[in-house]
Amino acid sequence: MDITWYLALSAILFTIGVLGVLLRRNVIVIFLSVELMLNAVNLSLVAFSQSFGHVDGQILVFFVMSVAAAEAAVGLAIVIALFRNSLSVNVDEFNLLRG
Amino acid sequence: MLEPFLFAVFAVFALVGALGMLISRSPVASALWMVQTMLAVACLYITLHAGFLGVVQVLVYAGAIMVLFLFVIMLLNLEQMPRLASFSWRKGAAYLLGVAMLAQLLAVVAVRTGAATVTAASVDVEATSVREMGLALLTRHAFTLQIVGVLLLAATIGAVLLAKKRFV
Repeated sequence: MDITWYLALSAILFTIGVLGVLLRRNVIVIFLSVELMLNAVNLSLVAFSQSFGHVDGQILVFFVMSVAAAEAAVGLAIVIALFRNSLSVNVDEFNLLRG
Repeated sequence: MLEPFLFAVFAVFALVGALGMLISRSPVASALWMVQTMLAVACLYITLHAGFLGVVQVLVYAGAIMVLFLFVIMLLNLEQMPRLASFSWRKGAAYLLGVAMLAQLLAVVAVRTGAATVTAASVDVEATSVREMGLALLTRHAFTLQIVGVLLLAATIGAVLLAKKRFV
C-alpha cells in the first residue's frame, strides 16, 4: 500500500495537535496535544522506514518515545508544582518567570 | 486487499480519538480519547510491519504515559473547560493557522511522495524483526542508547525534585 495515505493521516493528526495547543488554555490538554504531535511524526517516520526498507526510522521512533516519556514525567511534575503555587492550570495566568 | 481496509478502520479510530481529545470539555475525557488514538496508532504500526514498535507504543504511551496523565488530572481535580464553539478573535486566528498548516503539509505530501514511492516499489519490504532492531540499537546506535539512559535517569530525579519541594 502506498505510504501517501499514512503521511496524509500523519499531517491531519499533527494539525489537530497544533489546534489543541492554540485553542486550549488548560496546560494538561496542551501537553496531550504535544504528545499527539509526537505520535503523528512517529507515524510518518515508521511509514518512511517501511517505504525505504531501512530500520533506522524505527530506531528514531524508539528514541522519540523515550524522550517523550522523560518529557511527560518532568512536564507533569512542573504542572503539579505550578498548581501548588497558584491553584490553577490556565496558561494565561502564568506570565512571569519568577513566581 | 486487507491492508487498505485495516488502514481505513484504524485511521478513522485515530482521527475520532484526536478530535474527541480536542473537543471534549473534561480533561479526563480528553485523556481517554487520547488513549484511543494511541491504540489506533499502535495498530497502524503493526499494519506497517513494525510489530515491536506497536507493542512498545501500547506499553509506553497507552500504558505508562497516559496513566501518568490521568493520575495528575485526577490529583488536581480540575474544573470543566470552556466550549470551543464560543467565538473569539484568538480562536478564529488559531483555526485559520491550523487550516493553512494542514494545506501546506498535504500539499508537500501530495507533491513530494511521488518520487519516494518509486524506490518503495523496488525495495522488497518485509517485517522488521526485533532481532534486526536490537542489532541496530546495540551496535550502530549504542552510544545514543547510553545517552537516552542518562536522560531518563535525569528526568526521574528532576521529576521527583520538582514535585517534592515547595516550588518558589
